[in-house]
Amino acid sequence: MEHHVTRFGSLQSYEKGGVEVIHDDARNYVFSNVFEVASKARPYEKVAVGKNIEYVIEAIRAEGTSGWRAPAQDEFALVMDGEVEIRLLKLDDPGVVPAGTQGSVPLAGTPAGRRMGVVRARRGHMTLLPVGAAYQLHAAQPGVVLLQTLAGADTIERWADICQTAPRPKA
Amino acid sequence: MSSTTTAVPEIGSIEPNRHGYRSFALGGFRFSRDEYFAEVRWPKGHHWLPVDAFLRALQRDIAWGFFYGIVNFDAVVGTVNHYGSVDLFAGRFNDHYRKAGLDHSERFTTPLIQRVFEAMLDDWTNATFDPFASPQETGSAFGPKNGSNKEAITRHRVTARRMVGAPGDEPVRTDENGFPVNRHFRDVPQDKPEVLAEPGFEDEVVAFNLFAYLSRSDVTWNPSIVSVCKASLYCPTTEEYILPVIHGNDRVEWFVQLSDEIQWEVEDRDTGAVRARVTMRAGDVAAMPADIRHRGFSPKRSMLLVWENATAELPQLYASGKMPPTPVAF
Repeated sequence: MEHHVTRFGSLQSYEKGGVEVIHDDARNYVFSNVFEVASKARPYEKVAVGKNIEYVIEAIRAEGTSGWRAPAQDEFALVMDGEVEIRLLKLDDPGVVPAGTQGSVPLAGTPAGRRMGVVRARRGHMTLLPVGAAYQLHAAQPGVVLLQTLAGADTIERWADICQTAPRPKA
Repeated sequence: MSSTTTAVPEIGSIEPNRHGYRSFALGGFRFSRDEYFAEVRWPKGHHWLPVDAFLRALQRDIAWGFFYGIVNFDAVVGTVNHYGSVDLFAGRFNDHYRKAGLDHSERFTTPLIQRVFEAMLDDWTNATFDPFASPQETGSAFGPKNGSNKEAITRHRVTARRMVGAPGDEPVRTDENGFPVNRHFRDVPQDKPEVLAEPGFEDEVVAFNLFAYLSRSDVTWNPSIVSVCKASLYCPTTEEYILPVIHGNDRVEWFVQLSDEIQWEVEDRDTGAVRARVTMRAGDVAAMPADIRHRGFSPKRSMLLVWENATAELPQLYASGKMPPTPVAF
C-alpha cells in the first residue's frame, strides 16, 4: 500500500526553497515565504508577499484580536496556520469606506451594524470577507492568514527584507 | 505572419490512416499521428512529439481557452493567445529555428483553431488515456486507434464567479458528487470551517476548506478559479509529474506553494535560454516575470496556488514596454 505524506508549512515548521540563478537576478522572482514573513511580523501587520499592479496578497500574523476593518470589495482570507475566528458585522453606514478606496480601511472601535456571524477557520479554510461588511480577526495562538485584496494605505511593502536577493538560497 | 484565417472547408481527413487516426489541417499546418508520435508539418519543416505529451498539452490548451500568453507544447510547437485570435507556431520561440529561418506562424480566429484542436483531441485520445490525469492514474495513449474518452476530455472547468461554496456558485467537492480524495492526499484533513451565521446572513457568511477541495481534484496542472477579487483570480491546482506545457508569460504571474514541493525551470520566453531554477516548498511565494517561460516538476502531488491578474490591457502594456516585466523593484 503506497503511503504519501503531504507537507504543509507552519510558523513552527517550514522548509524554504529558493532561486538558483543561472543567468538572471534573483530579485526578479520576488521570492519569500509566508511563514517566515509572519514569524517576523507584528500581529495583524498587512505585509505584501505578492503584488500584481494594484492587487496584492498579504501575509498576516494573526495573534490576539485585530481592530475592525471594512473592505472596499470582496476580500478572501485563507488560513495557512493556526485557528482564526473571523467576526463579521453588516455596516449600518457603508460610507465609512470612502469612494475610491482600494483594499480595506481600519475602523475606530466597533462600528455600528448588525452581527452577521462568525467563522472559525483552521488551516486550509478560506472565508469570504464581503463588501459592505466589517470584519475582525481573533486568534488565541499565533496563526497565519493569506489575504487576497488590493493594496491599501495599510499594506506594508518591505521586499528587500523578505525576499531572496543573492544568486543562491541561504544554506 | 499571414492574415487571420477564419474558415476552412474541412478540418480533418475523412478516412483514417492505417493506424486508425484521422489527419488534420489548419492553414499551412498538417497534423497526423501514428502509434507513438504526433507529427506536425509546416511549409518549412516538420516535427515529432510523443503522442502522450502532445495530447496532454493539447488538452490544456483547449481547456484553458489558450490561456494567458504562450502555450509551448515543447521547444518547437505551440500557440500564442491574442484573446479573440490565436497564433499557431513552429519554431517561433526557438532561437535556432529563428536564426535558420525555419520558423512559421499563422493566425486563426479562436473558434476555428479551437474546433480543429477539439476534433483532433477527440479522435486521437483512446479510451485508455486521460490527458488530464497523472501518468500513474491513466492508461496508455499509444497504439492503434482504440475507442475514445469523451468524458475525460470534456470535463467541466471550475470558474467561480465569487468563491467556491458561495450560494449559486461552484460547489465544493465531495464523495457524493464524484470527487473522492486523491491517493496522494489521504492525510489531508477534511474538516469544515465552523460557520455560525445569524438569521438572514446565511448567504454572506460563507467559508470552505480549500485544501480539502484541492485534495479531491481529479486532474493535474489545471488552474481553476476559486475566488475573485475584481480582476485578481486565485487559480489553485494540483500538480504531479511534469507540467505538460512550457508556459510563456504575457503578464506577471505569481505562485504560492500550498503543500509539498515543485521545481520550476525558467527560461527566456523568446529564445529558450535558461535563466533560473526555482524550488518552491510549502509557504513559498514567487513571481514569474512577464518575459519568461516556465515548466514545473512535482515529484509528489502538490497544491499550488496560481495567482493571475486578468486585466485585459496587460498583454499590450507589457509588450509595449510600458510595464516592466518584473512586478516590484527593490
